[in-house]
Amino acid sequence: MQMIQILWERRVFFMTCLLEHIRISLTAVVCAGVLGILLGVFISGHKKLAGVVLGVINVIYTIPSISLLGFLIPFTGIGNKTAIIALTVYGLLPIVRNTYTGLTNVDAGILEVAEGLGSDGRQILLGIRIPLALPVIISGFRNMVVMIIAMGGIASFIGAGGLGAAIYRGITTYNMTLTAAGSVLIALLALFSDWLLARVQKAVNRRYGIE
Amino acid sequence: MNKAIEIRNVSASYGDHEVLRQIALAVEKGEFLVIIGPSGCGKTTLLKMINGLVQPVEGEVLVEGERLSACDLTSLRRRIGYAVQGAKLFPHLTVEDNICYVPGLDKKLSKEDRRKLSGKMLELVELPAELAKRFPRQLSGGQKQRVGIARAMAASPDILLMDEPFGAVDEITRRALQGELLALQKKTGITIVFITHDIEEAFKLGSRILIMKDGVIWQEGKKEELLHAPRDGFVKQLIGGM
Repeated sequence: MQMIQILWERRVFFMTCLLEHIRISLTAVVCAGVLGILLGVFISGHKKLAGVVLGVINVIYTIPSISLLGFLIPFTGIGNKTAIIALTVYGLLPIVRNTYTGLTNVDAGILEVAEGLGSDGRQILLGIRIPLALPVIISGFRNMVVMIIAMGGIASFIGAGGLGAAIYRGITTYNMTLTAAGSVLIALLALFSDWLLARVQKAVNRRYGIE
Repeated sequence: MNKAIEIRNVSASYGDHEVLRQIALAVEKGEFLVIIGPSGCGKTTLLKMINGLVQPVEGEVLVEGERLSACDLTSLRRRIGYAVQGAKLFPHLTVEDNICYVPGLDKKLSKEDRRKLSGKMLELVELPAELAKRFPRQLSGGQKQRVGIARAMAASPDILLMDEPFGAVDEITRRALQGELLALQKKTGITIVFITHDIEEAFKLGSRILIMKDGVIWQEGKKEELLHAPRDGFVKQLIGGM
């Protein structure tokens, strides 16, 4: 009850935070998505590199997010830029891993027939491997989006905007309701995005006759 | 120049294991050559030599007079049909898109062209036209295999390579498919190299039969020649009760 009240009373503040949160997350999602899919495609063609790249990304993933933000401050300062970089780096793991797994798990017999029928490397990748890996890639993308939105809450600790600002302000002023309201909004945003992507995933599966 | 395929003293190996030893073979245009042998005898490797999926360690393969080692494999493969066991259709493409796959590699086909081509090919393999919009998972094993043949033939190749294409379908469907393939070859005059491990199938289809064992050609000839003068106990046993 208290929370609804505070959400209504400070609706302009929450709206600004929400839009800022979406903007930061979306930027990171686009960066991590593009970079992650390209990297995943690249290492699927260079198996020897794959272990190294996935290893490095795994290690980065184990660094606590708050300290990663700290490490970045000397290089990129405080604010949204640093937050976007940190979120992008974190977001890489699920999308690179799923892109790689999806592409390498395509039935070898199908790939051989595609080659035997006269497809060149580009046609096999774009026409066969990526479409067949798409369900796995999209589920990695869903993971990534939810993670980036959730982790975006921490970004305000280094001066970035977003719903984390409400949480942070709530903590520093002993206003539990404010913190809870910010958290709930982040959770709702994450759930909504996941729901939206689930629908995209379903549509893609239908298009490619999977289901 | 009436040799479709010429294999000159070809050897192949996977690592240290030699799978083909000094194979020499010529296939005439319009011939229906069946290769038969126990698993591991190198028959699939020999077939994959013809479309360059496996490269020889020594020797030379020529397709329609062109040396494989010196030609553009991708464009050559588009002129050679390829059908395999279990069909291996592209599961994300409809029957129509599977059939139009090879012609579509060279140029973008219009909707009308795709419809016409898939209609023509479905008729050729005796499937109803309404299957065109289905996905492979919605087809029976025999239907898949027929679509696989339609896909291999869609670009009107002069040579068709088939690797146990009827291995995964039931007996009744297999008989029907064999009959259709023979009729189709008569109609188109296409050169076929067909792999099987079923001697009955080999005798029914092949205008010439090639028996392989341990990476070499053990005996070759027409059905009657093999029946009347089997080289040894191995061939006799293979022919069995025929």
